[in-house]
Amino acid sequence: MPSNRNIERYVAPFEETPVAAVDAVNTSQKASSVWGDAWKDMRGRWLTWVCLALIVVIAFVAIFPDLLAPSSLKSCRILNSVEPPEAGHPFGFDVQGCDVYYRVIHGARASVTVGLLATIMATVVGAIIGAVAGYYGGWLDSIVSRLGDIFFAIPSVLGAIVVMTVIPWGRNEVTLALTLAVFGWPQVARIMRGAVLTAKNADYVTASIALGVSRGKILLKHVVPNALAPVIVIATVSLGTYIVAEATLSFLGIGLGDSAISWGHDISTAQEAIRTTPMLMVYPSAALAITVLAFLLLGDIVRDALDPKARARR
Amino acid sequence: MLWYIGRRLLQLIPVFFGATLLIYLMVFAMPGDPIAALYGDRPPAPEVIEQIRQQYNLDKPVIVQYVLWLGGLFTGDLGTTYSGRPVAEELARAFPITARLAVLALLFESVVGIAVGLVAGLRKGKVFDTAALVISLLLISIPTFVIGFVLQYLLGIKWGITRTTVSPEAPWGELIVPAIVLASVSFANILRLTRASVAENMGADFVRTATAKGLKRGRVIRVHILRNSLIPVVTYLGTDLGSLMVGAVVTEGIFNIAGVGGTVYQAVVKGEGPTVVAFVAVMVIIFMLANLLVDLLYAVLDPRIRYAK
Repeated sequence: MPSNRNIERYVAPFEETPVAAVDAVNTSQKASSVWGDAWKDMRGRWLTWVCLALIVVIAFVAIFPDLLAPSSLKSCRILNSVEPPEAGHPFGFDVQGCDVYYRVIHGARASVTVGLLATIMATVVGAIIGAVAGYYGGWLDSIVSRLGDIFFAIPSVLGAIVVMTVIPWGRNEVTLALTLAVFGWPQVARIMRGAVLTAKNADYVTASIALGVSRGKILLKHVVPNALAPVIVIATVSLGTYIVAEATLSFLGIGLGDSAISWGHDISTAQEAIRTTPMLMVYPSAALAITVLAFLLLGDIVRDALDPKARARR
Repeated sequence: MLWYIGRRLLQLIPVFFGATLLIYLMVFAMPGDPIAALYGDRPPAPEVIEQIRQQYNLDKPVIVQYVLWLGGLFTGDLGTTYSGRPVAEELARAFPITARLAVLALLFESVVGIAVGLVAGLRKGKVFDTAALVISLLLISIPTFVIGFVLQYLLGIKWGITRTTVSPEAPWGELIVPAIVLASVSFANILRLTRASVAENMGADFVRTATAKGLKRGRVIRVHILRNSLIPVVTYLGTDLGSLMVGAVVTEGIFNIAGVGGTVYQAVVKGEGPTVVAFVAVMVIIFMLANLLVDLLYAVLDPRIRYAK
């Protein structure tokens, strides 16, 4: 074997590296991952726990509203119109003589349902389309990107106003969420596409191609998991904005139907009595603001935790 | 650069056709017969209905209607509302009002938002910064219409400083409060963007270099920190024009402003197809051009980005 000791080396020479030294490297510790590191960072911040506690409370109210506001409060008596709070009716009565406390508690379900459904639909559809467009490129990418541009060019609430007046199968939580998602997916798709474009040129992808892994498997096993972080962030933040959108559409009178209890709808009726009883508007507005705030703050925290640069700065 | 602008303008064409077609199909799928709605309990003679149908091209398939409408659009004819007024007239009346509202809102959110964000970013962690952050979070999570009603109630009814509603001519002065309401969410977002961006650039090498070579602090902030921090803010301003136009629907409703937002909303509710498509088409064009402008502004703000190819 000819000696090649004189050539420049880029890798430690095999015969000079004792195997024992390699073995001595401690690998028994759990490998750190993006998500593990992010959670470790989030765990240490008190704001995380405040947000999570708020979200648990909101979820509880949305799932079991009857435990907090029994249906005995449901009936409205016009005689009670804009009566101040009394025993058993902590928030008083609205213009129609309905118990405000009951309506605030029962309004949580509509907001959370629409917000969650719209977020899930927009994120799943947007992520799949964005990933396929970014990964396969070519004519597929061009078509999908232009299609996204079309939906992106129509201001979302404006488009939703038109769709909600047209929609033939009634205005309920599902149709409202679907409408919001139709105009929301291009944003997710754009972000996913960008992240996939970065991830697909990484060395580990080249290595997988060299090993002969199929394209579909590379996309699912290597590219998507590494491109998911910005999508998760946008999903958490957009949950808050979808809840606001639901309230806005219900406020305009084209959100959920009249039989549904929605904070946006209640704010709009409370506005008619603002001169005499401004407090009527405070309760549903505060409930809405707290819900939105909890999700927005959580989105901020997740973004900070997933960004190593932001972590180092703190 | 010119080549880049040309390519981008060409790309806008299919997007414009797609977006208008989409709106057109949706609007004309609206339930109810607009002609029956024109007349009350006594329906007109069938011949009259037939004539009106022909006049508005309602007797032809939707896709033919769309093509005819597009043809009209390019020859400057935006069609007529079902009550017989030209849509162009309606647009000429409503548009300047909303343009004034949007200009005031953009001015407020960019000037005040960037200024507060800059100071907050420079004093990260201090009282001013914390206060600015808390206020911005509150503004984002409280819906615009609640802020609108509260301001209207406090300023207009309780303290009597401003008028509660805006007169039909909508002079600049009366639009200040509605513009602040319209801009509130965007103001908070710009504040947060500027703050985060400034705080990040404070630790950048080029800022340390600028300070080390003895530049005055004012110059370091203006030329080195602010200019580098404005790029995400400018992107936001471009896409924000779309949300301002949407917000106008709510804000104009609260303050009774006869602008684009209020007109579109009324038109949707009444099923006034021609008005809706024409207004939305104009909004889409403005939104697309604003985004193009933002991309070009990048090159001005960041010499590293050049569209020379």
